[in-house]
Amino acid sequence: MIEIRDLHKYFGALHVLKGINLNVQKGEVLSVIGASGSGKSTLLYCINGLEPVQQGRVVVDGIDVHAKGTDINRLRQRLGMVFQQWNSFPHLTALENVALAPRIVKGKTRAEAREIARRQLEHVGLGEKLDAYPSALSGGQQQRLAIARALAMEPEYMLFDEATSALDPELVGEVLETMRMLAEEGMTMICVTHEMGFARDVSDRVAFFHQGVMEEIGPPEQIFTAPQSEHTRKFLANVR
Amino acid sequence: MQPSLSFFSGFTPNDLWFLAEAALRTLWISALSISIGTVLGAIFGWILYEGKLTATLTLAPVLDVFRSVPLIIQLVLFYNFAPIVGLDLDPFASGVVILTIYTAALVANVARGGIEAVGLPMRRAARSLGMTYWQDLRHVVLPIGGRAVFPAWVGVALGVMKDSALVSVLGYVELLKASQILITRTQEPFLILTLAGAFYFALSYPVSRFAASLERKWAQ
Repeated sequence: MIEIRDLHKYFGALHVLKGINLNVQKGEVLSVIGASGSGKSTLLYCINGLEPVQQGRVVVDGIDVHAKGTDINRLRQRLGMVFQQWNSFPHLTALENVALAPRIVKGKTRAEAREIARRQLEHVGLGEKLDAYPSALSGGQQQRLAIARALAMEPEYMLFDEATSALDPELVGEVLETMRMLAEEGMTMICVTHEMGFARDVSDRVAFFHQGVMEEIGPPEQIFTAPQSEHTRKFLANVR
Repeated sequence: MQPSLSFFSGFTPNDLWFLAEAALRTLWISALSISIGTVLGAIFGWILYEGKLTATLTLAPVLDVFRSVPLIIQLVLFYNFAPIVGLDLDPFASGVVILTIYTAALVANVARGGIEAVGLPMRRAARSLGMTYWQDLRHVVLPIGGRAVFPAWVGVALGVMKDSALVSVLGYVELLKASQILITRTQEPFLILTLAGAFYFALSYPVSRFAASLERKWAQ
């Protein structure tokens, strides 16, 4: 379980997260929606410790992410993350991209790591592209490669930071399809997204962020058909 | 009439061998300085990148001095002043020391550029996979940044190789010094400087060809 308690985050004088409280249960799919600059992405960065926090706690399976004694590199193996920019390692083939972390972080042998990588790439539909360099892959394929790379560490949770925002419209579908598949397999996911259709169909709950505050959280039907907050209503009216 | 005693004699095949040996010395002093200087420069570059303010105030000005003062002045100053502080170095050792520092000063900026070229998002992606800071540096930053600045580094290396000619002022008999000796004896500057130039070319050209083929391979 991921527990977030009274989380505050500042960038200098800018107060980007203003006391977030949130629990995400095992097996749950949570979509986080809201305007740009509302703090959604920052929340994900705080969850896996890529950004320090100034107040409050993030606890993952009983381990405080930001506590001094925490082995953050070990903890991050539980938290797969997929970014808006896919960040494939350009000097490695698809297979090597996925095999690198299992080998150097988890200490798998070269052969084991390649086997894991091959399995994960087939899983996301890139079984034909094992030896392709990222430069030969489309944006959608590179993003699926990034998903396979995160899955190869066998994470308990997957964090998606606007995984489709940088893609050409015709490539969004294949990535959403992959995310949908993971959700159906029971992966615990937090998806920061602008894809309202995905949030509505796939999520167990949807959270709406507005100016660093979690204004509203609930089942998708409630958020999309009967939002409680005025800000949520306005946001949804604008994105439709 | 008495035959006059001549100090001059023509160019012989032996002299070609003398030049070739000197070219090897150029290669040796360059290879040594470039290797050590590159390692040092990479470390300096990393310090400049990570150290931010402290490095900007301490290391950066020192490197600026070595980058800005003409190499020939550095060589002469170091060679003549080192004995005062108890360092009794021969021309070769003095040349290596100064060429190494000079290379390091140039490579430091190249290396910092390489780290910057990788970018924070890529490094965060690496860290998000559970890599430690050093694993990220070794497996992501080094190969990606290294390739990005490789052409710039080759430029530095070839430049230092040619600049190693300046060590001749200390009396180390590398290619240029050897040419001067032969010119004095044979009075054939045109022939000998052409030969020396050809030797420099023979040293640089394979390096740039090899670099170009590496770049082509990486571009795939």
